[in-house]
Amino acid sequence: MPAKLILRKEIFEVKSGMTVRSALEKLEILPESVLATRQGELMTDDELIEHGDEIKLISVISGG
Amino acid sequence: MKCKTCGEKAAINMRQHKLALCKEHYLSWIPAQAQRFIAKYKMFSPEDKILVAISGGKDSLALWDILIKLGYQADGLYIGLGIDGGFGYSDKSLHFCQRFADRRGLKMIVVDVAETYGSSIPELNSKTPRGKDKPCAVCGTSKRNLMNRVAREGNYDVLATGHNLDDEAAVLFGNTLNWLDNYLLRQGPVLEAEHSGLVRKVKPLFRFYEREMAAYALLKGIDYIYDECPHSEGAKTIYYKEILNQLESNRPGTKLIFYLNFLKAKERGVFAEPEIRKEEMKACESCGQPTMAPHKCAFCRLVENT
Repeated sequence: MPAKLILRKEIFEVKSGMTVRSALEKLEILPESVLATRQGELMTDDELIEHGDEIKLISVISGG
Repeated sequence: MKCKTCGEKAAINMRQHKLALCKEHYLSWIPAQAQRFIAKYKMFSPEDKILVAISGGKDSLALWDILIKLGYQADGLYIGLGIDGGFGYSDKSLHFCQRFADRRGLKMIVVDVAETYGSSIPELNSKTPRGKDKPCAVCGTSKRNLMNRVAREGNYDVLATGHNLDDEAAVLFGNTLNWLDNYLLRQGPVLEAEHSGLVRKVKPLFRFYEREMAAYALLKGIDYIYDECPHSEGAKTIYYKEILNQLESNRPGTKLIFYLNFLKAKERGVFAEPEIRKEEMKACESCGQPTMAPHKCAFCRLVENT
């Protein structure tokens, strides 16, 4: 079962077994611009994405 | 990845510092670092009365939280801009600020632009040719005037804002791209009061990455407005931040070094004051705040013309 990465209203599917950083790079999302959370807990870039994970990405860029 | 302090699972990794920390140690590391920067850059002391400009966003609320945790006397100032954007942006922002202050028993001053001056920021903007479609310039002028006014009237020693490293590096990037020497001269973490009518301004979070402040707010359980100001869409600052983050992604520490080396260059005198001394500031005939204009300041002219 693939895992889901959710950024605002967008949902991306990625393979499990990848690290957070490689998943973000594959989706062309700058790792510096988001925080990844799984079940409300922060994930570091080297953590592996597991089967069925729903990972919420929190955008950290603001301002105008 | 393990916490460098205790060896437990890390909550965040800061590649520019080669430092990973767990939740507990991260939540003590951030205030300790903030205190180090406050002291190093001589921002304020425990005797000073601080006014924190709060917007309901992660940075300003995190700053207020940190200053209270460090034992400083810090009150909040919220400016109601009257921006709706189809989802009640200003109302929502006020709600987050009010809840933050109420839960901690903190003093918060609210100034509503429409109630005080008869028009909201978008309304002021629509009546002036200055802003065209975006009210950002009018908003900036108004906020600067009101923050200074409230700080003076309340006898605050210093005004603190939640600008982080990404904010500062993006502004520096824009100022450098355009060689805006006057802005480069005036950019820094401490803006001294150049006139008796101005309050000193400081940016205690200026060495923290935006990502670090979001992580602090999240781990500390600070509820903040996640939606952006509707007028910030397509803003140059966000574009510059993205460019800097692309550099940072390949070379961790790039944006920090960019900004810190700029401050060092300023200290070495790379950006010299122009030989022709700038015109003395005068007191605005209407509100009394310092202005370079001959009679009334930009904000008073804006309010009167609309």
